[in-house]
This record gives sequence, structure tokens and C-alpha cells, in this order.
Amino acid sequence: MSGADSKAGIQAEFDGLLGRFRLKVSLTIPPKGITALVGPSGAGKTSLLRAIAGLTRLPGRVVMDGEVWQEGRRFVPVHQRALGMVFQESSLLSHLSVKDNLLFGYRRASGPKTMALDEVVPLLGLEPLIGRSTDNLSGGERQRVALGRALLSQPRLLLMDEPLSSLDAQSRADILPFLEALHRTLSIPVVYVSHDAEEVARLADHVVTLNAGQLVGPLQPATPDPLGPLSADQIRDLARQALEAGIKPNPSVR
Amino acid sequence: MADVIWTTLKLASLTTVLLLVLATPLAWWLARQKVWWKEIIAAVAALPIVLPPTVLGFYLLLLLAPSSPLMELLHPFGILSLAFTFPGLLIGSMVYSLPFAVQPIRNGFEAMGDRPMEVAATLRATPLNAFFTVAVPQARRGFLTAAVLVFAHTVGEFGVVLMIGGGIPGQTEVISVKLYQLVESLQFGEAHRLAAGLLIFSFVVLLTMFLTERRARKTAP
Repeated sequence: MSGADSKAGIQAEFDGLLGRFRLKVSLTIPPKGITALVGPSGAGKTSLLRAIAGLTRLPGRVVMDGEVWQEGRRFVPVHQRALGMVFQESSLLSHLSVKDNLLFGYRRASGPKTMALDEVVPLLGLEPLIGRSTDNLSGGERQRVALGRALLSQPRLLLMDEPLSSLDAQSRADILPFLEALHRTLSIPVVYVSHDAEEVARLADHVVTLNAGQLVGPLQPATPDPLGPLSADQIRDLARQALEAGIKPNPSVR
Repeated sequence: MADVIWTTLKLASLTTVLLLVLATPLAWWLARQKVWWKEIIAAVAALPIVLPPTVLGFYLLLLLAPSSPLMELLHPFGILSLAFTFPGLLIGSMVYSLPFAVQPIRNGFEAMGDRPMEVAATLRATPLNAFFTVAVPQARRGFLTAAVLVFAHTVGEFGVVLMIGGGIPGQTEVISVKLYQLVESLQFGEAHRLAAGLLIFSFVVLLTMFLTERRARKTAP
């Protein structure tokens, strides 16, 4: 790693209590690509994401591309951090239309605009939604709008907290191609919290595992094979469960 | 008769506007604070609901009378007393209706939860900007309810206005006090017209509010 590179990316260190839960993490997130943050529920994935965003204040240090967001008593408030956040459940502002939701952050962002509305709308397939109110949107549509809204706020870091976990299987399958397209276009780092192996396999460049408030091992390149981290016994179990559930092997695959 | 109605409407409108402005920061503080002792403040602000209007009127009268410590502070500015004046009546009405403004607005802010303000912050909105562009519109039904309740409550008040206002024609005489005086002097015809007018007015106000709430519920997700 060269000297210039060591400043790029996000350094995040936290050691603090949330109630009786202790989060003790030291993590460097690469300046490009999607870093999946995985782990069982209750591991502190959401807490870590919120601490990086500044929504939860924990003792620690956050440096983004050499810009200090938190260090000692210095704490840059959330609205002054150039980050985008997609929450687990739909968090559209219900008093605004889809278009005004999309432009909420765009209008308030300072500096040059690298993401424009007519760029983000086709990228996320939002054309049929743009003129509508936020009522009666499906879960998948709402998350696509929330994602577009985050991108339009001109973030230099995108945080996504299990954005697909509240969706049914069909909506999830519908939205994944958009995320893959985004992955190819986006030049900013993304931290993507997930507990879904398929999502991680399809989207992530790097994986880091959190358990009981601590990192399990270092950041690793994502395995392309979702069955990779499983033992032979676990794969056999999965196969048996699939057969019992009535899923037939796909004859077109070898 | 016309000046009585005018005084009443002027009092109710001014009370509503001023009280919404003053109650909003208090309601916001009560909705967002996590400390337990905020409920002491909340209880004080809710006292006018349970106190007899005459108790409230009595203390307000003492407070607004020429010899009160508060009024003595205002003497250098040429204000000797606010008892039996329209500004005094306005202050009394605001105190009397305070809970009817604070409670619905607080409920509105609480119902919205923390998430919309967090979303606004991640979208670069300063706390003040987020308050006006997110929190206030999100709690708009609370504001509507507060406005209707305060207006109607002020039109309907009797004890406080009589104690502080004294019912001076053209200045502090409002419909409810006039009605009382008409009945006292056995002018039942006039009294009927005022009473029926107030009854119909109150009914229309409440019906409008319920219909608006019903429509808001239907369009809400």
C-alpha cells in the first residue's frame, strides 16, 4: 500500500457500551467496492453502521479519506458527513412525493454534483414511480427510491443496513439486478450489512464478519461461491432440506 | 351583539396562533427528551385541564393586577395592570388552553418516531431545517387538532374570561359572558340566539375536524 492509498478508505475504531452490549471494533474499509458486513443477528452490525454514520455516538475514531469525522472529543454531526444511508425498513418521508424524496438530499448537498436525477432514475428503474406519492409503493419500490435518494445526496460513502431483509423473495430477486448494476457504476465505497449468503456472493467484493460486538478475523475478499464457507456436512444438510422441500435439481446445470 | 362576536373571534384567533407558536417548542422538547423529570413539566403544562377555571382565573388575576411582582416589573414601561384588559384576557386564554395545544402536537411528534429525523440528517438537513421540513409536516395532524381544540375551547371558556376580563362591553365581553348576563336579566330571546349559534358553531367545528381526520387516515399509509 502506498502512502497516498493509506489515507483513502474508511478507518473506524469503536470501543463502547450500548446498554449492556459492548462493541469493540477496529476496521479499515477499502476505498472502492462493496464491503459486506455479515454476522448473526444481535452481533452489532447495525450498531456499527450507525456509529460510522454518527447516528449513535460511541467512543472511538472515524476517518473518511483522511477527513476526521470523529476523534477524541471531535464529533462531526451526521448532517455534515458526506454519507448516504439506506435503512432496513422503508424510511421514505411520507409527506413528500417520490420526486421530492429523491431530491431531499440533492438540494441540500454542498459541492459539485456528481450524481444527477436523470442518471439515477434510469439506473434504478424509477421512471414509472417519479410522479407518484409514496403511498401504495411496494416494498421493493420503496427501497429503490430510498437508495436513489441516498445516492443523490452526493455521498462519498454509502451505508446499507440489510436493505433487502424486509422484502419478500420476489421483490428481493427484482431488486438485486439493480444493485449489481449499481455495483458496476459506483466509484464510492459501500458498506453493506447482510445475513444473506446469496446477496453477499452476488454483490460483495470484501467480507468482514462481526460476532458479539467483535470482528471475527480480518477483512477478506468475498468468496464467489456461496457454499464456500460451509462445511461438507452443512452443504449435505442444505441439499437434504432442499430435496425435502420439494426443490428438484436443475437439469440444465451440468 | 356584533362587537361581542367580534371580540370572541379575535380572542380565539389570536390565542390559537400565539399558542401554536409557543406550544410547539415545548411539545417538541417533551416528545424528544428522555429524562424522567420532563413529566413534571408535562404535568404542570396539563394542569389547566383539571383545575376549576375559577382557580386559574383567580391566580391569573392576582398575577395581572397592578400590585403583582410581574406587573411591577412592567411599570417602567407604562403598563400598570393587565387585569380587565384584552391583552390580559389573551394571556389568560393562552394559559387556559395550553394543554389543548401541547398534547396533540406532542402526540404528533411522538407518533413520527426517531427515524424521519435520522433520515433527514443523513440527507444533509441541519436539525433546524429538518424540524421545519420534516417534523412539522409529519406532525401536521397534531397541529390541526391543536388548532381546532384551542380555538373551540377559547370560544367556549367562561370562568377564566369572567375572572380576568370582567366582561367590559367592546373590550373583554365575549359570547359566553354575554349569554350569562342576558339570562340574568331574563332576556331569553337574545340568549337563545347566542346559545343556539354557539351550539351550531361548536358542532360544525368538531364535525369538520372528525371528517378531516378521517380523510387523513384514509390517505396515510
